[in-house]
Amino acid sequence: MVSVQESEYWRWPEQIWVDESKDWKNAEVISCGIDLGSVSTQAVIMLDGELYAYANMRTGTGSVASAEKAINAVLEKIGDMKRENIHYTVATGYGRVSVPFANKSITEIACHGRGAVYIYGDTVRTVLDMGGQDLKAIKVDSRGKVVNFLMNDKCAAGTGRGIEVVCDLLAVPITQAGELSLKVDEEPEPVSTTCVVFAKSEILGLIRKGWSKEKILAAFFNAVASRVVELLERVGVEPDFAITGGISKNIGVVKRIEDKLGLKALKPKNDLDPQLAGAIGAALFARALYLKEQKKKK
Amino acid sequence: MFVGVDVGSKYTKVVVMNENKEVLSYVITRTGTDLKQTSNSAFEEALSKAGVSKDDVKRIIATGFGKIAAPFADDETTQVISAAKGAYYVRPSTRTVIEVGAEESRAISLDDNGNVKDFALADKCAAGAGSFVDAMVRYLEVTPEEFGRLALQATKSIPMNAQCVIFAESEVVSLLHANVPKAEISRAIHDAIADRVASIARRLEIRDDVLLIGGLANDIGFIDAMKRELEREVYVPENYPPEVVPAIGAAIVALETYKG
Repeated sequence: MVSVQESEYWRWPEQIWVDESKDWKNAEVISCGIDLGSVSTQAVIMLDGELYAYANMRTGTGSVASAEKAINAVLEKIGDMKRENIHYTVATGYGRVSVPFANKSITEIACHGRGAVYIYGDTVRTVLDMGGQDLKAIKVDSRGKVVNFLMNDKCAAGTGRGIEVVCDLLAVPITQAGELSLKVDEEPEPVSTTCVVFAKSEILGLIRKGWSKEKILAAFFNAVASRVVELLERVGVEPDFAITGGISKNIGVVKRIEDKLGLKALKPKNDLDPQLAGAIGAALFARALYLKEQKKKK
Repeated sequence: MFVGVDVGSKYTKVVVMNENKEVLSYVITRTGTDLKQTSNSAFEEALSKAGVSKDDVKRIIATGFGKIAAPFADDETTQVISAAKGAYYVRPSTRTVIEVGAEESRAISLDDNGNVKDFALADKCAAGAGSFVDAMVRYLEVTPEEFGRLALQATKSIPMNAQCVIFAESEVVSLLHANVPKAEISRAIHDAIADRVASIARRLEIRDDVLLIGGLANDIGFIDAMKRELEREVYVPENYPPEVVPAIGAAIVALETYKG
């Protein structure tokens, strides 16, 4: 069915992973972080503050169902772990208040700061989170504590949702869009507006003009990068600089941001997935909160 | 004869006017992809509707985002001036003009002689323009006319959380799934657009009468939402479609700048 496939270019692959070399039964604290975003949901299990397992799934129509789906997927992958074995769960992200099995919810700004330090090391000072439905520029200290932040949550320009729309329009699988956009001899002018609705009509015009997909993607990502850099400059960029969220996997956007800033983004340690930053941060908070509770009891 | 051509992002409008400032004909046609072709054929159609030949035309003024695509024009004028002139012509008591087109909106305040005192433009954002409606009627599966009427049938106002049209699309889908009546959804969308548009107008001193022009002024749901938003009477042109007003303004500029 061609028509069905045509609308599926935005689809990015879901991932479920477990570190087979670890045995959770030896862990003192098993903590869980759930990042319930508008486009993707991550569930992360950490053993004494070290990443053990995760699931990165698409958010469905219901927040509760999406959170359940992610946690069930990760537990199933582990095999013998039950929900009761988890000591503490923190939920974050846009749907964080609707995660029924969480002990607490914490804002995604705080979680992304903390998660970024785990993924990129304690030299990171500026974190750009490029999510499905918003953009956040966050400044953190060496412990990942948020010093300052700015966010754009009013407009789809520069968000994952905006990129999904454009990939659908151009019939380019979203995982290849970044790579493709770099295959241009010369960087084209950015599309004239970052508004995704107008970019859609502008892109249709460029298709008619005979522009290649590569060139159109380049023009669009160029505009996205300019917009993101504007936000970053308002909060002030301090090295080291790191990008989290789904778009950090889009080399076409990342490279253009780097070029405009004249600054290289950090590479994640041990190939950690930067889309997990929020959930990892939440799981780290969960561990700390659990230890605090235990201390009180004693 | 004098001619005004307004090449908009969605529609191209042409007006033919005589020496006595009377509108003889107007044409409204889809701009499409070939702007030159569209403006040329709209020009010829307007002439034939008015029963005049090209030789009778003394001066042509173009306006709108695609005004360079009307090479037969003698000169061009800004969208602000053409909107202001046209608005004052169709309703001389107008002191505040609010124009909402497919992709752009603007507010203009006029002095008592119809001159531009001040104006404010929207950022390039679909949430305060007619494109919002175009996107939404697809999801609600209604015609633009029904969409406007529906808003008037709503019994209560529900808020839209999304400010961006892209996000509003998913919000509307979930509202539909939650069985929220289309009338309420339509009203929420109209309120959201009116909120954006009114915030542009509020950058100016709003004086009565307020005249709404541009394509979205055809939408009764939008007119109603603007009245509520601005808490005052809001008018639309009585004798002409609201989207043709800037082309009338351009024709007036042609007449006024003609040096025999």
